[in-house]
Amino acid sequence: MSAPCYELHDVRKAYGGKTVLAVDHLVVHQGETLAIVGPNGAGKTTLLRVLNFLEQADQGRIWFEGSLVPYPAPLHLRRRITTVFQRTVLLHRSVRDNVAYGLGLRGEHDERRVDQVLRHVGIEHLASMPAQQLSGGEAQRLALARALALRPDVLLLDEPTANLDPPNVAAIEAIIGDLPLQDGITIVLVTHNLFQARRLADRVAMLLGGRLVEVAETARFFAGPEDPRAAAFVRGEMIY
Amino acid sequence: MSLGVPLSWLSEGVANHELWAIVLRTLQVSGTALAVSALIGIPLGTALALTRFGARRWIVALVYTGMGFPPVVVGLSVYLLLSRQGPLGGLEWLFTPSAMVIAQVVIALPLVAGLTMGAVESVDPDVRLLLRALGASPVQEALGLVAEARQGVVASLVAGFGGIISEVGAAMLVGGNVEGSTRVLSTAIVLETRQGAFGMALALGGVLLALTFLVNLMLMRLQGTPWWSKG
Amino acid sequence: MIGAVMTDKHSDTRWQVLPAARRARRLAETLAAALLLVLFASALSACGSQAPGTLRLATTTSTYDSGLLDDLLPDFEETYSVQVEVIAVGTGQALALGERGDADVLLVHDRRREEAFLQAGYAESRDPVMFNDFVLVGPPSDPAGIGGLDSAAQALAAIAGQQAPFVSRGDQSGTHGRELSLWEAAGLEPDPAGGWYFAIGQGMAATLRFADEKAAYALTDRGTFLALRDKLPGLVILLGGGQLSENPDPELRNPYGVLVVKASAGREVQSDLARTFAAWLTSLPTQQRIARFGLERYGQPLFYPDSLAWRQARGE
Repeated sequence: MSAPCYELHDVRKAYGGKTVLAVDHLVVHQGETLAIVGPNGAGKTTLLRVLNFLEQADQGRIWFEGSLVPYPAPLHLRRRITTVFQRTVLLHRSVRDNVAYGLGLRGEHDERRVDQVLRHVGIEHLASMPAQQLSGGEAQRLALARALALRPDVLLLDEPTANLDPPNVAAIEAIIGDLPLQDGITIVLVTHNLFQARRLADRVAMLLGGRLVEVAETARFFAGPEDPRAAAFVRGEMIY
Repeated sequence: MSLGVPLSWLSEGVANHELWAIVLRTLQVSGTALAVSALIGIPLGTALALTRFGARRWIVALVYTGMGFPPVVVGLSVYLLLSRQGPLGGLEWLFTPSAMVIAQVVIALPLVAGLTMGAVESVDPDVRLLLRALGASPVQEALGLVAEARQGVVASLVAGFGGIISEVGAAMLVGGNVEGSTRVLSTAIVLETRQGAFGMALALGGVLLALTFLVNLMLMRLQGTPWWSKG
Repeated sequence: MIGAVMTDKHSDTRWQVLPAARRARRLAETLAAALLLVLFASALSACGSQAPGTLRLATTTSTYDSGLLDDLLPDFEETYSVQVEVIAVGTGQALALGERGDADVLLVHDRRREEAFLQAGYAESRDPVMFNDFVLVGPPSDPAGIGGLDSAAQALAAIAGQQAPFVSRGDQSGTHGRELSLWEAAGLEPDPAGGWYFAIGQGMAATLRFADEKAAYALTDRGTFLALRDKLPGLVILLGGGQLSENPDPELRNPYGVLVVKASAGREVQSDLARTFAAWLTSLPTQQRIARFGLERYGQPLFYPDSLAWRQARGE
């Protein structure tokens, strides 16, 4: 295995007294795709926010490429990571300007890169449209393109295909699946869709009530999880 | 001097150099005041919307009070401040355009800051998260949020401008309505009315209305994507 | 009106239960709104014509600000059981109000324009009422050196020669009119762009405040200056003396006239009441009252009676 990208120790986060995240230990390897599965309210989204350094954990320590990361994290570090959120938020600008926005924040004006990612996600024909006029599938592709334009080292995906129809799901999964091979990107993919985790991930981690109950390589996770709750989840049984 | 033919007054007025001087001066005074209010008010309103600190509640209450402050009371305060017996009397600014700018800033600033605050606060909170995830520094994040709130921010400028260009109480008190120096459209209207030149007053009112309309049109152009926030 | 609305509110909950009752309520609301509209419209039209027994007097600010009218009018209002609405404006606007029929009677002080107003047929009469005088005030340092002069026109020429700051009413008022004719007599036409001549288009009190702040000269009627003197620490009378009899320049005499506005098509005015008012104002008892006004407070009268009745009684 390659060097760890993230290492988390005893990371805790609570909202209004209710603990939503309690990760004792988690390693994310460089260049891997790690799927985080679990039922609603398991703390998946909070974990992603912590990994993007958008939110400060109440306690615990996070190492990134071997260095302990303070909060707020330095800007140059934050700019190597980006998130595609579950709820697509589009800026009130054109599709092209949405994609170019993150580059602009870095002082880069790379029109070719923008065209390239628009083509990559298949919405180059919508480039000059106001982003607000896109359909759900198109908006999701735009959100992905906006993240990819930044050439992130780490891509955090929060339910990237939720509420999409099968053709769109397939298209987006194809793009995501290609990323680690092409660019060596580390991906953390939050999904409630076990089949998607199986298709895309190298390893799968299961969160339940904010705790990691099982972390295993994909094949092993689905073949025979050690934790009984994970086993029940894989079998499709209710475990709430 | 009857009211029957205000149009002839208007055409007479159009040829009148003093009228154009008044229009220009009105734009200078209120434009300067609006620019100062925007320069302070937009950052202030944004900061109030995005941060939580101890004195914030007090400043917000102050801004809201300022939004409803009677302009004539503002004029009185500025008058006393700049009067020869006042603390800033040494500046000799009373009855000068500078005094009018000060009063108009005091009137417009709370409007710009308060409405900007409301506009920025009403931006989808997920946009803030998105901007950070895209790698925005704190300043870029604030600029991005202002850009998203630009409709409301421009509305705050329109409100601020409307509040000062047509304002007469403070302008009269601290400007003094001096011909060729501090006479602006609103005070000129009062003067013409006092002299019984109702037609001229009405024509000036029309000019004021047209001017406000044009400036608002120009301000609304800002509601498109602003240059300083392009990706 | 208010009663109806309140009843409606009280029965709110009860009425909402039944659809039929709701319809009735909507009807009641519509009726109430219509009634309100009618009331509003009639209130608006009532603004156009005043209630009988109300006399509208347009006058210059000096008679009102000095407190003279507050002293005189109660007697008239009691004797004839009428209400007098005072509109205190510059002479220019007072004349314009009369021209439009927005005032029934005028008490103003610009002899030339009063005559023109009479000639144009807007007034049925003009009678002299009283007079006082104008004075030139300025900073005690008197940079233009007008203190020793005995002609206002010469004084203005000296001020213009020094480009010393001078504040003009600039509002077509009677005082402004007098100032302009004095400049004319001096053979000068001050330029508002020159930086020393401030035409501010405001009332006498505002003009004096302005002069006080700017350490500038101004032409004012003596009464207003005396009344405001305490609040004008930076101004003294430089030409005009301590009282009217000491004023060296007869050109500074300031006569007031009363004009009864003529009724005509489109201008409904209270002519009878206005005539009564003019007669009362010029009558001997009122004139005696004018002569006494201000004696106690300022040690000198602010206005000197000048009506025909007064002069006849004095054998003039």
